Amino acid sequence: MNFAFSEEQVALRETVAQFLEQKSPSAEVRRIMETTEGYDPEVWRQMGEQMGLQGLHIPEEYGGQGYTFVELGIVLEEMGKRLLCAPYFATVCLAANAVMNAGSDSQKKELLPGIASGETIATLAFTEPSGKWDADGIAMTYEPAGDGFALSGEKMFVIDGHNADLIVVVARKAGTSGTEGISFFTVAGDAAGLTRTALETMDMTRKQAKLEFSGVPAELLGEEGSGWAALSKTLDQAAVCLSSEMVGGSQEVLDMSVEYAKVRVQFGRPIGSFQAIKHKCADMLLETESAKSAAYYAAWAAAEDNEELPTVACLAKAYCSEAYFHCAAENIQIHGGIGFTWEHDAHLYFKRAKSSETYLGDATYHRELLAQRIGI
Amino acid sequence: MQAAPELEAFRHEVRSWLDENLSDEFRNLGGDAGPADDRDWDARVVWEQRLGEAGWIGLGWPKDLGGRGASILEEVIFHEEYAKAGAPARVSFFGEGLLGPTIVNLGTPEQKAKFLPPILAAKEFWCQGYSEPDAGSDLAGVKTTAVLDGDEWVINGQKIWTTFAHHADWCFAVVRTDPEAPKHKGLSYLLVPMDQPGVEVRGIKTIVGTSEFNEVFFTDARTPTENIVGEVNDGWKVAMATLGFERGTAFLGQQLRFEEEMRHLLAEAQKRGRADDPVLRDRLADAYARLRIMRFNGERMLANLAAKGVLGPESSIGKLYWSSWHRALGELEVAVMGPDAMVVGPGYEPNEFQHYFLSSRAETIYAGSSEIQRNVIAERVLGLPREPAVASK
Ligand SMILES: Cc1cc2nc3c(=O)[nH]c(=O)nc-3n(C[C@H](O)[C@H](O)[C@H](O)COP(=O)(O)OP(=O)(O)OC[C@H]3O[C@@H](n4cnc5c(N)ncnc54)[C@H](O)[C@@H]3O)c2cc1C
Repeated sequence: MNFAFSEEQVALRETVAQFLEQKSPSAEVRRIMETTEGYDPEVWRQMGEQMGLQGLHIPEEYGGQGYTFVELGIVLEEMGKRLLCAPYFATVCLAANAVMNAGSDSQKKELLPGIASGETIATLAFTEPSGKWDADGIAMTYEPAGDGFALSGEKMFVIDGHNADLIVVVARKAGTSGTEGISFFTVAGDAAGLTRTALETMDMTRKQAKLEFSGVPAELLGEEGSGWAALSKTLDQAAVCLSSEMVGGSQEVLDMSVEYAKVRVQFGRPIGSFQAIKHKCADMLLETESAKSAAYYAAWAAAEDNEELPTVACLAKAYCSEAYFHCAAENIQIHGGIGFTWEHDAHLYFKRAKSSETYLGDATYHRELLAQRIGI
Repeated sequence: MQAAPELEAFRHEVRSWLDENLSDEFRNLGGDAGPADDRDWDARVVWEQRLGEAGWIGLGWPKDLGGRGASILEEVIFHEEYAKAGAPARVSFFGEGLLGPTIVNLGTPEQKAKFLPPILAAKEFWCQGYSEPDAGSDLAGVKTTAVLDGDEWVINGQKIWTTFAHHADWCFAVVRTDPEAPKHKGLSYLLVPMDQPGVEVRGIKTIVGTSEFNEVFFTDARTPTENIVGEVNDGWKVAMATLGFERGTAFLGQQLRFEEEMRHLLAEAQKRGRADDPVLRDRLADAYARLRIMRFNGERMLANLAAKGVLGPESSIGKLYWSSWHRALGELEVAVMGPDAMVVGPGYEPNEFQHYFLSSRAETIYAGSSEIQRNVIAERVLGLPREPAVASK
C-alpha cells in the first residue's frame, strides 16, 4: 500500500474538481434537489461522454476505463465535496459492482457497456421496509415463471429507484433464511407489475424510491441461490465508496467552518480566536484527516480485492460516517443562527452526512460487523 | 524513495541481529514505550549498551558523527522489527531522541565530540530540565537563573516533573540569563552535570505509585561556559528546535506495542466473557478501528513525506490522536476487568491494564498537552487567529 497519489491520480482529481465546480455549484444543487428526478440529464451525459466517469472502474472489455477503486474513490471524494446530485452512486457503486460480482461473463457483456457509457441508469434494490441491511432483511421471494422468474414484494430506500432503467434486485427462494437461497435478478425499470414511488427524502440531494413488485418478470443474474457472497462483497464495496464520498463532504464542512471562524467577529475579535471554536476546528481536522487515511486504505483494499476488504470496509464506514456527521454538526454550531437557515449550505451537508451514516447501516452496525470479522 | 530490495536487506539485518541477541533475560522486561516508565531500568541499560555496541543507537544521525545515516524509512523498519521482537523499551529517549539531535544540528564540534559518543554507547543519560512550578505549558516563564562567574555558569532555581533525573548524568536546562529582556528573549540552553553538590534530586510519586519524575533543585550549581547550546539569550530557539527534532519514527514502534496491548485486551475480554456485552463489544471494535486508523495515518504521513518531501496536515494530529486513543483504551481496559479492576497487587502493584489506565493520563499532558496541541493545529495548520496575548512579564 502506498498512500501517496500518483501524478495521474492527482490530475484526475483536479479535472473532476474543475468539472464539478462548474456543474455542481450550490445553486445547481439547490435547483436539482427540488426536482423529483434529482439529477440533470445533460450533466449526466457529459459525465459519461466527456469524462468517462460512469465507466471509470469497469474493465475495458466491458466498455469501461479499466481503472480501480482508488480512482473511483478520488472521484467520489470530489462528488461528496460538491454534493453532486446524480444517480452515480446507485449506478456505479451499487448496480455495476453487483453485476460484476454476480453476473456471468455474457451478462456483464450485455449490461456493463450501457452503464459505462452513461446510457443506462441503474440501481440495486435490496433493502425492504424492515430497514435491515443484512441477509435477514431480504424477505422478498422469487418464483419460477415461464422461462424465467417472477418477483413479488416490496423494496424500500432504493437509491434512484424511480430513475433507473435497470434494477438489480435481490430476492430469496421461498422457505430459505439467512444467507441461504439468495439470488440476484435484473428487472427493467418500466417492467409490468412494478410500481415505483419516489420518496420525499430528508436529504434532498440523494433520492430514494419505494418499489412494489407484483409478479414482475425478472431475469436471473448469475447463479440461483448462491448470491450471498456476491451481495456481501457488493455491500463492502459500497461501504468503501460511501466512505470516500463522506470524506469529501467532511473536508468541505471543515473548510467552511475555518473560513467563517476567521471572518466572523464577536466581542471585538474573530470567533476563531476563541479556544472553544479553535478546538472544535482542530478536532474536525483530526477526524477528517483520519477519515481520509481510512478511506484511502479501504479503497486500496477494494482495488486489490484482498482479504482485508471485509474488515477495512466496515471499519472505514463506521469511522468516516461518525467523523462526517460530527463535522457537519459542528459546522452548524460554528455558524450560529445563519447555520440553521435553509439558505445556508450547512444543512445540505448535515443532511447528506446523516443519510450517508444511516444508509448501509450506521456506525454501530458496522462496528458489530467488524467485531464479527476480527473474531471478537 | 529507496528501492524495496535495499530496505528488505536492512530489515533482514535488523531482524537477524535481534534474533541472535535478544536473549530471554531481555525479552519481556517491563516498561512501555512512553518516556516515563523505569521498570527494570538496570537490565534495560545493559541491553541499551548492547544496542550501542552494535551501532543501533543514533540510527538517523550522520555517519561522521557516529550514527548510521539511516533514512526515515529505515528507521521505521528498525522500530517495527524492534517492537515485533518484543525488545525492551528504550531508556535513552532524552539523550538519543532529544539532546543528541540538538547537538548534531546546533552543537559546536567540541560538543559533538564530547557528548555524542557516550549517548551512542549508552554510557551517559540525560534528563530534560524545561518545566518549573510556574512554567509548564507556558515554558517561556522559567525563572531558574544562570549567571557567569569566570568560566562557569552558576545556576539557581527549581525544575519539576523532570523524568529520570534520578538516572541522569546530565540535564539540558532552559534557564534565564537576562532577567531584563522580554520573556522569550532572555533564555539560554545549558548542559549541566547532575553529579555535583549544587544539584539535588527529589522523587515525586506519580498516580501509578512509582517515582519516574522528580523535582530538581539547583543551588549554586555549576557548569563550564562552553556547555551552552546556541548563543547566550538565544535558548528559546534551541529549546523549540529540540522538540522539533524528534522525527516521530520511534512512535511507529510504539504503535506496534499498542497493537500488542489491543490483542491482550481482546483476549482478556473473551476470557472473561465480556466481549458478548453489546456496549463493551462496540467499544472494543471502536478501539480496534481507531488503532488501525492510527497506523494508516502514520503510513500516510511517511508516504507523503517520501513522495513530496514535506509533511502534510496529517502529521500534526499524531500526538493528539495517539494520546487520546490510549487514554480511552485505558478506560476500556478497566471496564473489561470489571470489579477486579478495583484491586491491585500487593505493594500497590497494578497489572498491565491497571497500569495503562493510570499511566495514560500523563500522555495527554506531557510533550504538549492536548489543549496546546489543539491550539497549535488550529493556529499553524488551519491558520486561525492567535488568542490576544494577556500582558505579562
Ligand atoms: C509523566 C510526565 C513526565 C514529564 N517529564 C518532563 C520532563 O522530563 N521534563 C520537563 O521539563 N517536563 C516534563 N513534564 C512536564 C510537562 O511538560 C508539563 O506537565 C506540561 O508542559 C504541562 O505543564 P503543567 O503541568 O505546568 O500544566 P499547565 O501548563 O499548568 O496546564 C494545566 C492545564 O491548563 C491547560 N492549559 C495551559 N495552557 C493553556 C492554553 N494556552 N490554552 C488552553 N489550555 C491551556 C493545560 O492543557 C492543562 O490542561 C512531564 C510531565 C508528565 C506528566
